[in-house]
Amino acid sequence: MLKDVTIGQYYPTGSVIHKLDPRTKILFTTAFVVMLFFLNNLWGYLATFLILATITLLSRIPVGYIIRGIKGLVLIIMLTVVLNLFMTPGTAVATLGPLTVTLEGLKVATYMALRLIFLVVGTSIMTLTTSPIDLTDGMEWCMRFIPFIRRYAHELAMMMSIALRFIPTLMEETERIMKAQKARGANFETGNIISRAKNLTPILIPLFISAFRRADELATAMEARCYRGGENRTRMKQLIFEFRDSASLVLMVMMIVGLYLTTMIQIPLVFPI
Amino acid sequence: MHIEKGEFVGIIGHNGSGKSTLSKLLNAIIFPTQGDVMVSGLNTKDHENLWTIRQTAGMVFQNPDNQLVATIVEEDVAFGPENLGVPPQEIRERVDRALAVVEMQAYAHQKPHQLSGGQKQRIAIAGILAMEPECIIFDEPTAMLDPSGRREVMETIRRLNRDKDMTVIHITHFMEEIVAADRIIVLDKGKVVMEGEPRMIFRQVKRLKEIGLDVPQMTELAYELRSEGLKIDDDVLSIEEMVNALCQ
Amino acid sequence: MSVEIKNLSHTYSEGSPFEFKALKDVNITIEDGSFIGIIGHTGSGKSTLIQHLNGLLTPTSGSVLVDGKDIFDAKKAELIALRHHIGLVFQYPEHQLFEETVQKDVAFGPKNQGLSEEEIDQRVKQSIKMVGLDFDAIKDKSPFELSGGQMRRVAIAGVLAMEPSVLILDEPTAGLDPRGREEILAQIKSLHSQKKITVILVSHSMEDIGKMVEKILVMNEGEVVFFDTPNRVFTEISTLESIGLAVPEVTYLMRRLKEKYPEIREDIFTVEAAKKEILKVIRG
Repeated sequence: MLKDVTIGQYYPTGSVIHKLDPRTKILFTTAFVVMLFFLNNLWGYLATFLILATITLLSRIPVGYIIRGIKGLVLIIMLTVVLNLFMTPGTAVATLGPLTVTLEGLKVATYMALRLIFLVVGTSIMTLTTSPIDLTDGMEWCMRFIPFIRRYAHELAMMMSIALRFIPTLMEETERIMKAQKARGANFETGNIISRAKNLTPILIPLFISAFRRADELATAMEARCYRGGENRTRMKQLIFEFRDSASLVLMVMMIVGLYLTTMIQIPLVFPI
Repeated sequence: MHIEKGEFVGIIGHNGSGKSTLSKLLNAIIFPTQGDVMVSGLNTKDHENLWTIRQTAGMVFQNPDNQLVATIVEEDVAFGPENLGVPPQEIRERVDRALAVVEMQAYAHQKPHQLSGGQKQRIAIAGILAMEPECIIFDEPTAMLDPSGRREVMETIRRLNRDKDMTVIHITHFMEEIVAADRIIVLDKGKVVMEGEPRMIFRQVKRLKEIGLDVPQMTELAYELRSEGLKIDDDVLSIEEMVNALCQ
Repeated sequence: MSVEIKNLSHTYSEGSPFEFKALKDVNITIEDGSFIGIIGHTGSGKSTLIQHLNGLLTPTSGSVLVDGKDIFDAKKAELIALRHHIGLVFQYPEHQLFEETVQKDVAFGPKNQGLSEEEIDQRVKQSIKMVGLDFDAIKDKSPFELSGGQMRRVAIAGVLAMEPSVLILDEPTAGLDPRGREEILAQIKSLHSQKKITVILVSHSMEDIGKMVEKILVMNEGEVVFFDTPNRVFTEISTLESIGLAVPEVTYLMRRLKEKYPEIREDIFTVEAAKKEILKVIRG
């Protein structure tokens, strides 16, 4: 189940997209996400689709892998669609008992679904093509330009990277503890939601204790290796902004402007309103 | 207690005898309530010396999982020198050198959680080496490993001491790991109770057993045979020596 | 309780690029009341094997028969009941402690078995004593304020309190100091002799295994290499070395001594036995 979540996973293929500076990718993704909320007609979504499709092809990540990432969000998308479908007032096109589907509802629901899907696909492509460590470095750099957060940029990045380092370790640990408690007759498979939740105590407490112990030992080990925060710290790998980054930044600006221009198109597509 | 440069010192004692406390004092993770610890002539109590001491006396801990910080092996090795503010190009060189010393170059781009326990421990050692210390303190680095992992790590430690003239302080529960040490220090209830060459220490089989410690199998056998009246030296440490003793 | 393992195979992540065959056609029978040792390096399939014995893992093919009954044929409830008879102590079992007091923690297993209050109390008391701890002194303490060795024993008591007929221990001495190791092993030995339960001990230490068990199961790459008495297994030095294992030092010594004393026995693996044999040969 957890294996199906593709957000945050890294899929190395060595493509052009992978080689881009993480800062380029973070900037583009941010601009892209903001732009998604300005789109007001299907031309815009069509253009978005084309852009995403091109990037996906360039990244050489299997399409199936990306689609799997959306599967995890089917429930949320469905819920949004259903809510918008029935809750938007306007011209009725069909009735289902007490519920009415309106043309406006149909439109909003479609837009919302597309927006969510593109949002997930867009951000997944960023994480799939950027190694966690590059992503953290890129974020650390970007955070330097945000007031308030600037002071904590290094700490936040360090926390993120430690979290990424320990996720697999803690997952294994959870499995081990679960098996150990099952061997003592604990039952996680049957019973109602409340009793199941209560049955989690024997897993959660040891897991917390272990996480604290690990944190304590890690802190000691980090101190022993002369860690003292971000000051005077150097990095082995420097982020280097190359020609391909400048080139893609230009392309990026063009795409964003292009997307913005679609909002001006007056010719309706599919929806007459 | 005094430890010379280039020495290989083994420290033994049961759990709670003060071994870990001692090791943390050496690395200035904790500070003495009384007395002084001097590392290369620097007092650990003096706050100005803190980072120099931690860089001079590196430390490898017991749990291989809880001392690796980064998600990629080479990034983890770079962590120490990065903290010291070493220029990027030099970090690169140090990391490559350190990985070569522990023979883990092939794993530079792997994720730590995909490695075996012994390999993780070797990465931890490389991380310390990249800080270019003069001395490494090993706090039970083999306790959580299987025999092959233990072998890998012990070979690495011995090589560091022999070829790189690294001062090694090795804390362990496995007596066979320190049979070849220059000196052994035995701790009990926070005090040094014995100190000397392995041969001198292990021949005191009875005393060691009293404080809850083991002796190498051959030493124990020699002791047993002697107590049965067989004329045999009581400082036998290896199979070779035992064969010689019995086949005269 | 006898345990019979028939054509057992287990493949992790079957069909994915990470597919890994952890067990390949394992066939062994563990007699009721026997003491078995399992050795093999990390990744040899030991852990996978023991997790099948109480149904924590389901075989890819093959079966496990407990007292002649296939446990994977059984219904879920039966499987859970079966786990009560087969106690499994994982590596570093102290990491599973979670209750406020030692008494409550040890009672977790018996409570899951649905026993009466008195029965639970009695079992808790008994099993804490069995692992060599003072029940009255320790029962109200938090398990987390104990020493490492004590925590481990409390965790083992937690499994013993379920009164299993088969007790499986995965490296119960890992990370302990020499005295702690010796104490735990002595308790396991007395458990086996007093309670007549079947004990399966997974260990990396040839010395410990040699001292304690009746039969050794040697695993390598998911297959059974040997399943025989220590005397027989330890004379197969070259095969053991080829799979990355070693024999106890005294066994190597005996082999070396054979050059001078051809009559000396080679199937010796404890200091005690070596002493007797050497004295016998030298004194004639």
